[in-house]
Amino acid sequence: MELVNQHVKGIMEECKLRARDAGLRFDDETLEYIVTNRDLIELSPKTMIPTLYDYWVHDVRVLSGKGMYEAYPSNPYETVINTRPAISFYNDNNPDWLNVMIFYHVLAHIDFFQNNLYYKNTWDVDLAGQALADKRLIAQLRSEKGRWVDYVIEFARGMDNLVGFHRELNRSLTRDQGHVPDRIDFYFDRFLQKIKSVPQHVYLKEIDRYNQCRKDHTDFLGIVVEQYPEFEENFQKEKQKNIPGKLDVMEYILKYSPFLRKEENEWMKSVIHIIRSTSLYFQPQIRTKTMNEGWASFWHAHLFLNDERIRGHETDFAKVNATVTAMPKVGLNPYALGLRLFEHIQEMEDKGRYSLGYFQLKDAHLRTKYDQTKNTGLDYIFSVRENMDDFSFINTFVDQEFVDRHHLFVAGKRFNPQRNTWQYYIKSRKMDEYKQMIIDTLYHPPDIRVVEGKTRNGVLYLDHRFENKPLKQDFIENTMIGIEFLWGGPVHLETSVPATVSQPGAPYINFWDPGAAGRPADSRKPPIQWKRVRFVMKDRKLHKQEL
Amino acid sequence: MITLDELLERDKKREQDGFKRKIRIGRIVKPGAGNREKIIVIPTTVEEKFVHDDTMLVEQSPGEGEPTGGTGEGEEGDIIGEQPVRPEDGDGQGEGDGEGPGEGQGGEHEMEANAYELGKVLSQDFELPNLKNKGKKRALSRYVYDLTDKNRGVGQILDKKATLKKIVETNMSLGRIPDVTRINSAGFVVSPRDLIFRVLSREKQYESQALVFFLRDYSGSMGGKVTQTVVSQHVMLYSWLMYQYERQVETRFILHDTEAREVTDFQKYYSYKVAGGTKVYTAFQMVNEIVEKEHLARDYNIYVFYGTDGDDWEKDGKQTLTEIEKILTYAARIGISVVKHAYTGTKETEVEKYIQASGVLDRHSHLIKMDVMGENVDDSRIIQGIKTLIS
Repeated sequence: MELVNQHVKGIMEECKLRARDAGLRFDDETLEYIVTNRDLIELSPKTMIPTLYDYWVHDVRVLSGKGMYEAYPSNPYETVINTRPAISFYNDNNPDWLNVMIFYHVLAHIDFFQNNLYYKNTWDVDLAGQALADKRLIAQLRSEKGRWVDYVIEFARGMDNLVGFHRELNRSLTRDQGHVPDRIDFYFDRFLQKIKSVPQHVYLKEIDRYNQCRKDHTDFLGIVVEQYPEFEENFQKEKQKNIPGKLDVMEYILKYSPFLRKEENEWMKSVIHIIRSTSLYFQPQIRTKTMNEGWASFWHAHLFLNDERIRGHETDFAKVNATVTAMPKVGLNPYALGLRLFEHIQEMEDKGRYSLGYFQLKDAHLRTKYDQTKNTGLDYIFSVRENMDDFSFINTFVDQEFVDRHHLFVAGKRFNPQRNTWQYYIKSRKMDEYKQMIIDTLYHPPDIRVVEGKTRNGVLYLDHRFENKPLKQDFIENTMIGIEFLWGGPVHLETSVPATVSQPGAPYINFWDPGAAGRPADSRKPPIQWKRVRFVMKDRKLHKQEL
Repeated sequence: MITLDELLERDKKREQDGFKRKIRIGRIVKPGAGNREKIIVIPTTVEEKFVHDDTMLVEQSPGEGEPTGGTGEGEEGDIIGEQPVRPEDGDGQGEGDGEGPGEGQGGEHEMEANAYELGKVLSQDFELPNLKNKGKKRALSRYVYDLTDKNRGVGQILDKKATLKKIVETNMSLGRIPDVTRINSAGFVVSPRDLIFRVLSREKQYESQALVFFLRDYSGSMGGKVTQTVVSQHVMLYSWLMYQYERQVETRFILHDTEAREVTDFQKYYSYKVAGGTKVYTAFQMVNEIVEKEHLARDYNIYVFYGTDGDDWEKDGKQTLTEIEKILTYAARIGISVVKHAYTGTKETEVEKYIQASGVLDRHSHLIKMDVMGENVDDSRIIQGIKTLIS
């Protein structure tokens, strides 16, 4: 691993100037490293952070990655990591023109990391440095505690998808923007209306008085406090309420586990803490994959096509660009989808179609001709990149126009027993179904929280808020063994499982009654019924109880 | 970088600490044409977490796979393509969720080299006992020279028949044979290129000391994990034999439902699936036929491994037992694995019943072994099964 040479760095700096002119915003400092494919295989289990702590699962992944590489030799163009300064990795055999294109792509990624609000909590940390400190701490602990460090890492990673990412984000965003209501807002919006339920004329009178006070620069709240002595207390209570108090599962265990509180187990807390903050750090990346790749692909094309350094390499570019951003006939490519969606949004906004006028227009012909020539599309997509994640991006902007324009469809796959093949077919061209299909592929960990009311007598009580998707049953046991270990007592998990036991339909009949072998299975099963159950983990044994 | 051995060593310690092992030896078979199937041997592990199980919703409509995106022309309902079914049976344990793109299944590598590696791991780290070495002949490869290749124009021996054919051919195309019923050879024109000679060529010949028959039931009842377990065990066995016999292992693959068929390579062996009934004896019968026809018993240690879910239409197993008895006259070992479906519970399957009843296991205890396990077993149980089969 070594830094790129001065010539290549020069290309990068040139790209930065032009990217900035186009409106991208990012820190001045970046680091570019040349790496081999072998380096990349070793980095990828560590989510590309060279300084991430050592862990045997990473080693297993490296070994299997090497096997995979034998199978599918691949040559990644670039990888960027969200550190300060931003670090990116490249192969050393790229020609200059390709580097120009790749650098634009990378700069757009950096712009995304540094401006999208979901990344806010990563802005003030240099992960590479933080990870190095963590790595050293873990290495030191390992020299003292041996493989028990790895068990703690394992068990902590077992719940590192249950971190309160949105809550942490909410906390820091509202702190900045003053979303915690101030006294005036609270007085008018909640206190008068909800708590005191004053009649309307009193409310209006108070508004008048407030406006008068503003004009005269006199104190408004003084009289309020005189009139309602309980106001301040109510306000403080409200403020508390708005700061989400619920701890996520990891935090709860860190804070209340009787096992971790013992002096000889104190060290485990630092390990769990490292796992939790590392997981939080990567949450925005998992949740903005489509946008981030789309954004980078949008800009590498846009910037490179307007760069004179492309001259003579137009067809080369077309070829590389197509391999990255072509829409697959069947399958999903986040680069391609994100890119097209950004382009679509820009055009829709340019024509002023995100408007009531367009929305109310029912005539298909007039809709295709609708154009207000607003030309605000570029600003609009900049604000999309700042404020959205994959879910809101797709949920908001995938519309029928988008689906039609790119001839998108939900591709179904079904078994054809006569031909012994999988048949792919066009299942739907409806926007809603397409959107739902994409959304189903997005990262969405289960919503599992500690129920404090039921957590007593040494039992940790977890509740899974059911979203019509059951938990993967095979994983429950080992995950709960880990939580039991760190909690130091029994763990209960309330969740939903199918009430109708899914029978092994056709094979069952075949087995006992071979004559029925060819009987077609009933293709219409009734919808699954769900029931609540409680999994109980005690002394490393799992039991299931009906509720 | 830590080695596989060290990882496995560490994994063993988990048991001392009261936790389950977590590393599995993954085998990834990449289908290829003919004998070019590839196997990649990699360690795999799964990091368990609470995650959503998406398969449940897919199961709602049987025969439907998970939907994905697509782009192109066509009406709703149009079929846009099809793909032969390649069940993931025999595949390695997939990676955990969310490992990002680029981690498909499959891989390119020489099957033999990697199977050899796996065998090495198995016999070193899993402490399998060695197979008894029957050792008739030292295995070696040698060359024989034979006049097998043909060459036009020059050579060592004139192939008269072939030459004459060629001359007739030439003269016909020149129009010199107006009536094929009355050929006058005196009028033939003979071109130097018409002379066909035999030339000496070097032919490689192998002598192998082990021949392994892999047999499995691929009937309708064998769906899902049962097949996966059987194939897993057979891959490990194959790999281990490869190591033990220093690659001098020949393998034959036989599948059966109500009829037996031989397939040419492992890929077909693991991926084929039919929905027919089950006649176990057909597979064993085919072994006997092949051995007899090709006089294999003389030169080879013959091993027969059979995998089934225990289902058989022939309830008393009469024909199966007859065929097995026959095989026992020449084979070094028959190993029968019965992998039971979860829904059969503790009930004995037909195959188990009649094998037990026949007493063949006791009479030939050194030649035939049977192992019965459930479909949901893990690798260590499968390895335990191999130990039983070859003990």
